[in-house]
Formats: sequence, structure tokens, C-alpha cells
Amino acid sequence: MTSDQNYNWFFGRLDLSSLSIWQAIQNPTTSELIAAGAAMIVILGAIGAIALITWLRAWRTLWTEWLTSTDHKRIGIMYCVLALVMMARGVIEGVLMRTQQAFGLHGGFLTPDHFAELFTTHGTIMIFFVAVPFIAGIINYVMPLQIGARDMSFPVMNQVSLGLTATGAALVMISLVLGQFSTGSWAAYPPYTGKVFNPGTGPDYWIWSVAIAGIGTTLSGINFAVTIFKERAPGMSLFKMPVFCWTVLCTAVIMIFAMPPLTVATMMLAADRYLDFHFFTNDLGGNMMNYVNLFWLFGHPEVYLLVLPTYGIFSETIATFSGKRLYGYTSLVYATMAISVLSFTVWLHHFFTMGQSANVNIAFGIASMCIAIPTGVKVYNWVATLFRGRTRLTVPMIYATGFFYLFVIGGLTGVMLANPTISYQVHNTLFLVAHFHNVLIPGVLFGLLSGYHYWFPKAFGFRLHEGWGWASAVLWILGFSFTFFPLYVLGFMGMPRRSANYSDPAFEPVMFVALFGATLVLAALASLCVQLVVSIRDRKRLAVPLGDPWNGRTLEWAMPSPPPHYNFAVLPYVHERDEFGDAKATGRAYCEPEEYEDIELPNNTPIGMIICAAATLLGLALIFYIWWLAVLAAVSMIVTFIARTFDLETTHLIPASEIAAEHKAWLARVRAASPITRDAETKPENEGLAVLERPDLMAAPK
Amino acid sequence: MKHPGINLGPHHGTAHDQAEKVVFGFWVFLMSDLIIFGLMFATYVTMTNPVGMAGGPGPKHVFDLASVFAQTMILLTSSLTFGMASLAIRHEQGRNIISIWLYVTLALGLTFLVFEARDFTSMVGLGAVPSRSGYLSAFFGLVPLHGLHVMAGCLWIMVMILQIRAFGMIPLVKTRLLRLGLFWHFLDLVWIGIFTIVYLGGIGT
Amino acid sequence: MSDLDYLDDRNYWREVRHYLIGFGLALALTLIPFAIIYWKMLAFKPALTVIGLCALLQMVVHLRFFLHIDLSRQKREDLQLILFSVLLLAIMALGTIWIIGNLGMRM
Repeated sequence: MTSDQNYNWFFGRLDLSSLSIWQAIQNPTTSELIAAGAAMIVILGAIGAIALITWLRAWRTLWTEWLTSTDHKRIGIMYCVLALVMMARGVIEGVLMRTQQAFGLHGGFLTPDHFAELFTTHGTIMIFFVAVPFIAGIINYVMPLQIGARDMSFPVMNQVSLGLTATGAALVMISLVLGQFSTGSWAAYPPYTGKVFNPGTGPDYWIWSVAIAGIGTTLSGINFAVTIFKERAPGMSLFKMPVFCWTVLCTAVIMIFAMPPLTVATMMLAADRYLDFHFFTNDLGGNMMNYVNLFWLFGHPEVYLLVLPTYGIFSETIATFSGKRLYGYTSLVYATMAISVLSFTVWLHHFFTMGQSANVNIAFGIASMCIAIPTGVKVYNWVATLFRGRTRLTVPMIYATGFFYLFVIGGLTGVMLANPTISYQVHNTLFLVAHFHNVLIPGVLFGLLSGYHYWFPKAFGFRLHEGWGWASAVLWILGFSFTFFPLYVLGFMGMPRRSANYSDPAFEPVMFVALFGATLVLAALASLCVQLVVSIRDRKRLAVPLGDPWNGRTLEWAMPSPPPHYNFAVLPYVHERDEFGDAKATGRAYCEPEEYEDIELPNNTPIGMIICAAATLLGLALIFYIWWLAVLAAVSMIVTFIARTFDLETTHLIPASEIAAEHKAWLARVRAASPITRDAETKPENEGLAVLERPDLMAAPK
Repeated sequence: MKHPGINLGPHHGTAHDQAEKVVFGFWVFLMSDLIIFGLMFATYVTMTNPVGMAGGPGPKHVFDLASVFAQTMILLTSSLTFGMASLAIRHEQGRNIISIWLYVTLALGLTFLVFEARDFTSMVGLGAVPSRSGYLSAFFGLVPLHGLHVMAGCLWIMVMILQIRAFGMIPLVKTRLLRLGLFWHFLDLVWIGIFTIVYLGGIGT
Repeated sequence: MSDLDYLDDRNYWREVRHYLIGFGLALALTLIPFAIIYWKMLAFKPALTVIGLCALLQMVVHLRFFLHIDLSRQKREDLQLILFSVLLLAIMALGTIWIIGNLGMRM
């Protein structure tokens, strides 16, 4: 069916030569040894994690409190943990590529094939297993709190989404040990990724990890959209929602409508590879250009999926750290909606050079330039928010400053690229690589890291160390700049992307500047790790249990840190935009509710983990042609799902007395505590209670 | 009305309240499924030309209009019978009547699949297989995808018949049947696209 | 309520009629295209237009009579969702056909 070779029915095409460590023993070149080293890190890492959990006797807690939890807050944290772990691998791969290219004039130390695998996994990991999970994690944690809800509309489906994303990440990690990941880049264009040119495991690894994770994202999109439409607290009309929730809604729309093209493209490619179909083959009527079309129908909205929530995060942090309401709420909302819809009209700009006529290119070029307009509106609104505010230069604001300068430059190079004539010159050069990193890092990553810093105290009850946060932010800004601005230069000098080596000596000095930048990025990553360790060590000094360390304006700050399982003791009635800010200004905050009621919450369930395990086995079985296992895994997922639907006892009740006791205890601590001014925001005196400094800026406009 | 599809009405209490959220969520999922089908259709259209057919069998050689007509009638009737089941739920006619309508719909769905399987088998016999050309790949990507959805729908009907027997018409069973109804009508909507664009369009060329 | 009470319920029969009308319209909108193609009643382009129109109309019939989506005030949200989805689908599908068609023309 897939090849003429006869495979073992039990093991499929899995054998000793699939092990990268075995390959390195057989053929110990530098490339192979690095690959084997990576495999060893995965294996030792897994063993180390198991050992650590066993030594801490935490298996029971891990299972009952985390892996089987349907609580959006737990799921959100797990998403973020996944993202940060995968980010470490993604950054290391990036540094490895920078190093190879710095020595690329003389061939470097990696084979072109290994380099190709690196840029493929780097891109695939950063987009699908760092950015998307980090975003899903922050949305999961924050959005229900901001709209005054107890959980997502579909908590079990939420858990399944996490499981499917984890499956994709697991497959990418396993590819370091067994078989080999794709060398076809994160976009995987056929016919290179078809079975004629790449019959091995590579493209199959890519297909299944991306397609399975993609289903998880689609389900998340449905969950986020329905939650925002149906679970908002009484009184919270759509136009009273925080801007972050608007960006979540528009992101959900993109998830719902842009993931299907990826499913279609990957499944068609799989049909070509497994079932001898001719969607994208060279012969017999295949059209590989349709793959490019379908992939970018997904790929372009995808990048807006990444950046819209971070626009939302910047909206929140800039408003909070200016002590003012966000400027131009209505225009921000409409700009977000416009970006969301327009993102579906520009996909052709990723393949201006594919051969269609100038008229087609012009239409999409104009559409691409139009997207800059609503983005510009947003930037002006954020800058105007800073004006005459009670501004503080905290870590999120350093990221915001970096964002203002750097993202705008990246956006401008985007407008350049929207011009087909320019695109013809710089398509697939390092100019393009510089552009998209220029929008992704200051736009997406800085937003995510500032959101991480901003909401960490809410989730864990203590702030992150400010000094190490500063170090990390500054290193990210400098590291990004030194790494990627040289790439603009190299792009103009004519260097193509995805090249392991080159022959023009003029490139070399520029490459070394980029390598220096990469070391700064590595230092930035290390600072983040140190920050976390130091913060955990100093958590008593950094504690902010009363819940409002930053004098926030939105509902998530109106509860203890960490929040109770049920979020709100009594669901709030929302009168204004920035309800909590207005409540503090008008003396309505921290009031005892009149009565408490029992709260019904969903039970824990192992469904998410079962689906994750089964999907991982399914993916591996399909990759290695172990058909019996594939059937078994697929059937077990269906059976699990159907069996679950016969379970009627899926919720439990939390008695009103328990809720009342917890809530009153928190209110008592609030009354007994000393509120602080913004001067003491990053000092140990901050327990999470704010002095009312500028009621004119805190209250809603009349 | 709170949501698409038949609304149970306030006299159904919890079921009516719950339905708003879960049916809306399912409707959103169907929109994403619509995009998948839409792109399969678009791909099919781009392959319906001499280059895509690569000298292999085309629509005129392999399509059996009589069989397609039968499948269309069967699926349309099954939409009606599911509608009757929905009304039986709304008007609380009791689990027996509801189950009968579901059985009839299931029978029609399975008959549809038998006709479709026979069509595919005869196509394979004529050498019209996906490995022959891009056009046939596009055909076999689109139409069996719909068939797979119908199969899933039939499985769902069977599970619901079991759940009616096991639990009676509790709110959860009702809201699940509402979602199944949406799914079933959606499948007929997609079929309108298939018989029009693929079969009639193909034969008319 | 006994199993047979529905027979006296005027509402029930009104709703059954609603479904039967939808079924009738859908049936007609199916028979016409099949007839046109089977008996080759029109040239290719006009035939395609007519069967296309019949298909769109029949989809509307299904949405209206089987899925109860119409223009009344309360149902606007669901109509808006369908229209939005159809808009995006049209952009994607027609865009694909335009692009691939254009490429095919130039090859």
C-alpha cells in the first residue's frame, strides 16, 4: 500500500535503525552525535521527571489535582508549562542554527539534512507547541475570570484539547529518539514531502503531530467562543467585556475557521502518502500548488491567531500599569474584528512568486496592506493610554516599550512585503525570516511573557522576581535585535533562507553579529529560568495573597490569589466596563454578599489523558506502519468517548457553608491588611491590596 | 427561540435551558466542518478538467445517475423522518414513538450507505480508483468523507436508541438528540452540494 | 399525557405540516435538476446555472423548514453565524478556484 517493502506486521517499519542513538554509533559524525545527544536529553529528561515526581511522592497529586482536572485554571497552567518546556527546545534549536550559519562559509558542523530537520522542528515547535499552547493557556486561565464565569462552557472538551496538543508535542519529542522528523520545513510543501521524495517517517511525523494538535485547537476555539457568548456574568454586555476578551473572541473565530484548511491540507497529503492518492503529486493530475494555497489559507489567519491575544494582553497591561482605562475601547474592538476578518483575505501574499497573474497578486497585495490600518489604530490607542497616566516601568511595561519600537518596524517590513514587486526580490531570503521573527518575537512572545509576569501572581499567590524579570526582558530586546536586524541586511545581500552554508564571504561578519544576538537570547531564556527558581525560593517575601497586586481594573483581581476552585463565591453583577476598577473607586469593592448558594462543578475525569495516550499511540502507529496498533488506538478513543456518554454522575456540589467560610476569611484578611500605593508595588509590603490613589482615573466615565 | 434546529420549549425545563449552550456549541462545530467540506468541494472543482483527469475515467464514464437519485431521495426522506422524531420529542409523545422514528431514520441512513458502497465498488471495477488521477482522488476525498459522516451519524443514532432505553427521556438525552438532529440535517445539506456539483455537474459537462 | 394525546394537538399538526411543506419544496427542487440533466433539457451553462440555483434554494428550504432558521428578531444570532461562515467559506472556496484556475490558465 505505501511501498513495495514488506514490513513486519507487529513492528511495522520500526527497527533498530530507527533509533538515532544506534545511527550515531554506526556513523559517528558531528551531526549524528548531536542528534544522539538530543535523544539522550529526551530519554534522560523523561527518566529524570519520573524520578523527581516519585521522590516528591507527587504521583497522586499529579493525577488527582492536575491531569484529571477539568478546572480551566489548572488546564491553563498545564498549557503554559508545556509551552515553556517546548520553548527551551525551540530556542536551543535556533541557537544551533545561528551557530551553524556563523561557520557556514566553511561548511559548518551540521549536514544540510540535519540543518533541514532543525529548521523544520524549530518552526513547527515554536508555532504549534510554544505559541499556540501558551496562548491557549493564558486564555484558559484568564478569560473565564474576566467575564465573571465559573469555568469554560465545555470543561471536559477543554481537557481533551490539552491532551491532543500534548500528543502533538510528544510526537515531536519522540521523533528525536525514534525515526526522524520531517526535513520539509514547517509548511511541508509537496512534492518534496510526498512519498516519492520522502518515503521515510519525516513528513508522517509532521502530518500527525500537526493534524492532531490542530483538532485540539479547533475544539478550543469552539469552547472559547461559546463561553464568551453564553457564560458572561449578569450585566456584562459584549461591549462591557475587557478588550482581552474581545481579542479572545476574535481569536476563537480564527481558530474555528482557519484550522479546517490545515486539516484538509494535511489529510490530503496523508492520503497521497498512505493511499496513493494524487492530490499533490507530480504525475497523474496532481496539483502541488493547491497544497500551497490550502496551507496558507490556514497559515495566514494562524499568525493573527497568535498575535491578536497578545494585542489583548498588551491592552490589559498597558492600561493597568498606566493606572488608567484603555484609550479608545470602541475603536480597539472594531479594529480587532476587522483584523480577524481581513486575515482571511490575504493568504496569497505567502506565494506571490508561485506563477499566478499580476492581477491576482495585486488584489491580495492591496488586501495585505489594508491590514496595517487597524493595527495602526491599536498602536495609537495604546500610546494614548500611557498619556497622563500613573505609569510605572514594571517588567510588562518594558516588554510593551520593546513592542512599540520593534513590532512597528516588523509591521512596516510587512507592508513592504505586501508589495508583490518587492516580494519577488526578497521572497525566501533572510529578509523574510527577519520580518516574521520581527513580528512574532516583539509581538507574540513579548506579549506572552508580559502576560506570564502579570498574571503569575494571580495563579500562584506570589509575584515573580522583578529584577530577574528586568534582566530577561532587556536581554530579549537586545538579543532579538542583534539576532534579527542583521538578517534584514543579509536578505538584501541576497542570502536565501534555510541554507546550511554559503559561499559569499561578505555574509560572514554579519552572521557573527547574529550569533552574538543568539547568545543574548540564550541568556534571556536562562534568566527566565533563574527568575522562576528565585521566585519560588522567595515566595513568602513575594506573596500577594489578597489578589490585587497591580491595582487592576478587571474582575480577575477581585478574588484571592490563587483563586478558589469555583472562582467567584457569588457571581458578580457587572455595572460598568472595568467593573472592579469602578467598584474600588466608588467604594463597592470587597463587599460581603447577601447570601451564598451551593455551587455545582464538574468532576475530575481521566478522559483527556486517555485520549492523549491513545492519540499518541495512534500517531506513532501510523508513522511506523503498525496497523494493528493504529486500529486499536482509534477504536479505543471511540469506545472511551461513547462510554463516557453513558456516565450520568458528572458533577459535584460545593456547599454554601464552605464557600461562605472561605470568602469571609479572605474578606477578613483584606480588612486587616495595609493597602499600598503604586510606589510599593514591587516591594515585599505588597500583599495584593491597593490604596485608592487616583479615583478619577479608576472610576468609569459618567 | 434560543438556538438553531427545533426548540424544545419552556415546558421541557432544564433541557430547554441547557440546550441553548450545547446546541450553539455544536452548531459552531458544524460551521468548522462546513469549511472542511467547502475546501474539498473547491479542490474537486479545480481538478475537474482534462489535466486533473490525466486521461483516466471521468464523470460520464462512471457515475450512475439512477443510484444517485435513489440516494438523494433516501437522504431527503431521512431528514423528514428525523424531523418527525424531533417533533415527537418536543410534543412528548413517549420513548416508543421517538425510537420508531429513529429506527426508520437509521434504516434509511444505512440503505444510503449500501447504495453508496455499491457505487464505489462498481467504480473500482471500472478502474476509477483514486490512484488513477487527481480528479478521482478529489472525488474519493469528498464523497467518502460525506459517507463517513453518515456512518458516524448512524452510529450516533444507535447509541441514542440505547440511551433512550437505558435512561429514558432525561434532559441530557433530549439535548443530545437535538444535536444529532442538527448533524443529520447538515449531512443532507452537504449532500445537496454533492449531487449538484459532483454528479449532476459532472454528467452535464 | 397518554401516548395518543398528540393526535388532538393542533400545534403538533401545524408543525408536521411545516416539515411536510419543506419536504415537498425540497423534493421539487431535487426533481427539477435531475430532470434537466437526465433529459438534457438545457445547454451546459444554463443547465449549470439552474441546478446551482435549485441547490441554493433547497439549502435555504432545509435551513428554514428543518432547522427553523428565519428572519424573525430572536433568531438573528444564528442567522448571523451562518452568513458569516458562508462569507468566509465563499472567500476561501472562490479564492481557491480563482487562484488555481488562474495558474492553470498560465501553464
